[in-house]
Amino acid sequence: MNETLKVIEPTIFELSRPGRTGTLMPECDVPERPTAELLPGVALRNELPLPELSECEVMRHFVRISSLNYNVDKGFYPLGSCTMKYNPKINDQAVLMPGFSRVHPYQPEETVQGSLEVLYRMQSDLAAILGMDAVSLQPAAGAHGEQLGLALIRAYHEHRGEGHRKTILIPTAAHGTNPASAARTGYSVVDVNTNERGLVDVAHLTAQLEKNAGKVAGFMLTNPNTVGLFEEDIETISSLVHGAGGLMYCDGANMNALVGTARPGDMGFDVMHVNLHKTFSVPHGGGGPGSGPVGVKAILEPFLPVPQAAKRDDGTFYLDYDRPLSIGKIAPFYGAFLAVVRAYAYILHYGREHLNEISENAVLNANYLRVRLGETFPVAYDRICMHECVFTLKDLKKHGVKALDVAKRIIDYGYHPPTMYFPLIVPECLMIEPTETESMDTIDRFITAVEKIALEARDNPQLLLDAPHSAPVRRLDEVGAAKKLDLAWSPVGHSVDAVSVS
Amino acid sequence: MLAAIGVGSVAELFSPISENIRSKADFSAVEPSLDDIALKKRLLKLSAKNADMDRYPCFLGAGIYDHFIPPVVGAITGRSEFYTAYTPYQPEVSQGVLQSIYEFQSLIVRLTGMEVANASLYDGATALAEAVIMACDLTRRRHAVIASSVHPAYRQVTQTYLSTLPFDEAYLPAHPETGQTDLAALSEAITDDTACVVVQQPNFFGVVEDLQAIADATHARGALLIVSVDPISLGLLETPGAQGADIVVGEGQGMGCFPAFGGPLLGLFACKKEFVRRIPGRIVGGTVDRDGTRAYTMTLRTREQDIRRDQATSNICTNQALFALAATVYLSAQGKTGLTQVASLCLQKSHYAQEKITGLPGFESIFSGPFFKEFVIRCPEDPTILNKSLLERGILGGLPLAQYYPESSHLQNAMLLCVTEQRSREEIDALIDALKG
Amino acid sequence: MSTIPADLKYSKSHEWIRTEADGTVTIGITDHAQDELGDIVYLELPEVGRVIAFDEVFGTVESVKAVSELYSPVAGEVVAVNDTLTNAEATINESPYENGWMIKVRLKDESGAEELLTADGYKSEIGE
Repeated sequence: MNETLKVIEPTIFELSRPGRTGTLMPECDVPERPTAELLPGVALRNELPLPELSECEVMRHFVRISSLNYNVDKGFYPLGSCTMKYNPKINDQAVLMPGFSRVHPYQPEETVQGSLEVLYRMQSDLAAILGMDAVSLQPAAGAHGEQLGLALIRAYHEHRGEGHRKTILIPTAAHGTNPASAARTGYSVVDVNTNERGLVDVAHLTAQLEKNAGKVAGFMLTNPNTVGLFEEDIETISSLVHGAGGLMYCDGANMNALVGTARPGDMGFDVMHVNLHKTFSVPHGGGGPGSGPVGVKAILEPFLPVPQAAKRDDGTFYLDYDRPLSIGKIAPFYGAFLAVVRAYAYILHYGREHLNEISENAVLNANYLRVRLGETFPVAYDRICMHECVFTLKDLKKHGVKALDVAKRIIDYGYHPPTMYFPLIVPECLMIEPTETESMDTIDRFITAVEKIALEARDNPQLLLDAPHSAPVRRLDEVGAAKKLDLAWSPVGHSVDAVSVS
Repeated sequence: MLAAIGVGSVAELFSPISENIRSKADFSAVEPSLDDIALKKRLLKLSAKNADMDRYPCFLGAGIYDHFIPPVVGAITGRSEFYTAYTPYQPEVSQGVLQSIYEFQSLIVRLTGMEVANASLYDGATALAEAVIMACDLTRRRHAVIASSVHPAYRQVTQTYLSTLPFDEAYLPAHPETGQTDLAALSEAITDDTACVVVQQPNFFGVVEDLQAIADATHARGALLIVSVDPISLGLLETPGAQGADIVVGEGQGMGCFPAFGGPLLGLFACKKEFVRRIPGRIVGGTVDRDGTRAYTMTLRTREQDIRRDQATSNICTNQALFALAATVYLSAQGKTGLTQVASLCLQKSHYAQEKITGLPGFESIFSGPFFKEFVIRCPEDPTILNKSLLERGILGGLPLAQYYPESSHLQNAMLLCVTEQRSREEIDALIDALKG
Repeated sequence: MSTIPADLKYSKSHEWIRTEADGTVTIGITDHAQDELGDIVYLELPEVGRVIAFDEVFGTVESVKAVSELYSPVAGEVVAVNDTLTNAEATINESPYENGWMIKVRLKDESGAEELLTADGYKSEIGE
């Protein structure tokens, strides 16, 4: 890139000026010796090409780019399957408490009783919410939880001398992480179809179980599923899979529909993960960190990773490494502790008395949106949904407009677009999840905006094709990004011309 | 709302769930609800049961470090615009997250001397496991040679990852005198089926490895060199890239993230450009928008699970965006001058402490190799007992090593100590006084 | 409506096959396939000399948001690869049947050939 580029905010490297620094580090207070004397024979670097800025310049740079982000604290963020609920602020206070944030994982047990108690209580509270017998808090994210859950299924079959069970059944409508996690744990994937009602095709499942008799390790199912519907035949499905010697895995991405109302453990699931960053209000952080605890029935408990938080008879807490059948370690320490603290505070806020309000309001909001917006765009499977629903916008093709264009136009009305083009089985779809934290007023305003966009699609489709008009940048050249890779800044040829943005 | 939906009650909305399932849902084992004031008090009480590093000077390292966090880091990561945003799938309204990741990748490239970096992985341990799997895929070989001076937890996590795949690993003992990787043993351990050699820099014992020599031995047999690096050490040490590393991973917690009882963390991943299509996890690239304004977007997306499903380079579906931001702000605020100073202070203070401690009767140094901020000492008694007496004096002592190396007789009664820029001379002297007994 | 030349044979996985005068066959992807993929940004092809089996994956073609494996509609040895596509993958979008050809194969046997579709057969396969 040799031409002068318009930029909204230069990179941190372009703002750098020799000799500046943003911190004041102390003078060395011990007798100082030459570096070469302390590191004899060690290769040292000649230069450290880091930027040089004052604290004020650093602060302003990141505040300026922060203003380019949409976020939950700013407004409605109806991303289906992502559960973008409001993140209560007491959770932020909790993780800043030095007793939680400034503690080392290798401190002696007697100095971390507070942390261990949080882990122990969360294992227990989550198990009760999921209807499981034990919980590991160690997975760093949902996909990491899937990987652990599948490794547990594998260990279970191997322990029973059935290590030849190397097939995992997965619905075609599943999240991409499901087959990817199965591949990671050495499984081959067999597809199960979705029927015309948007549910698992039980006849096809039966056929696949027969076709793969003796080889099936388990069935991996999202419930409510990826079109936002509860799998009504779940008890039949569970008994079919169990009858074939397989275990039932629940992808708990959609747990927000069930919290306080129903428990996957009561549906025949043997193992599941849940996303603390979706259901339990841990903020998404622009993509992470998250946390994906795994709950299991007693048959899988012996295989859980080490360590588990445990409690002695005298009331003290400890880390239990004495688990001979454990699959080993999946995380360097004990999981995403600060995410667990946030989720624990969230669960304590609702408690056993009010947990049901989460799922009830989430499902109420989603159904209201389904019925109201269903007057504008067809609902893919139009009946009572759970926490989200899927609309198909294929009728807009006659105006030359795609779901993508509607999504981009939604930005102009001040909202984050819904999830687009997932699940893959519904053409031109938008998946909308309002969550329980949104008021009827907010949802009504959003519906009005989408109704207006539908009219615009008919009367002035170009408006949608050119959207967004009010975002910090317009649509990007993604082909260019993929072909001419620019993955790290370098001084060569980068000359910039700042543009102002309101 | 119920009327609009056409149902009589909220319960009706749950009719797709069978009565049998709903009747079993018993939540009585969940803790009871707390009001805002009671909740705050409960959290304060729980956190106060821990001994935190602000009150107890900490000499623990081993992968989690008490490095100073400039206040500007928290001021930025605490902004709603960053921490309550989702993954930047809609780049038009996510340029803040995207630009910060692009800058993060650029900084990691510069720090490690590699050509490309991703948007981060969960932590240093899983980043290492991902790197080993990538090396096996790239070389079409099945075997990893891992130095036993790599963090024990990282080795265990890698072992768990490899156990479900057709790959395996072997460990290479450290030289008992220097604590460095034994080059002669390394050359013997590598075979034509070795996909990669894995070392840590500085290693788990704090000792600085001769990466160039290890790289030469590794490449001689067509294997790849994976280096797990402490990024703070790169304020002084030569980059792994300049010494022949093919893949560099590491734990980025020391760059602006809390120790936090070990999580969440920040996995670093960088490698040579030729491997870019095999990298696990997200990558952000620069491009332009329709008006020609510079902008950023996630790119090379076809590697990822949502598109390639079971053929994806990894099942990972997140990065640690907020902590990558913390590291980006950290490296921007410390900058060239600050990071060099931090690394120098670690080097000077740890050597001061090591010299004083090994001057005490009964304490001796175990390894002769050069070290950066951590070192191993042999104690006159069980270090676990020693730590109890240190705690009585308000000090968090080092890590007893015997539990991790039960087979190594020279590591019985060994303790790994870490001295960062946060430890004042006064605190170090207090440690030495306490060790005197 | 995509272009489907009458003189070519087709596979259900959207490759086209042209038999050359010297007996080798040339393989590429159809106009319909390139249109479904969108702007192609990356292509992975085999090396000359590689022997590929019928229905074996011989390469990958990627757009920004989709990836597709290339399945060999024939069995034989790769005798030529279209190097001009490197860094010019858009050629496949612009000229799928001419400049966008991918590999030439010397047939090993005729197995699989009977599975190939005619232009009309492919047309109904893709519902046009």
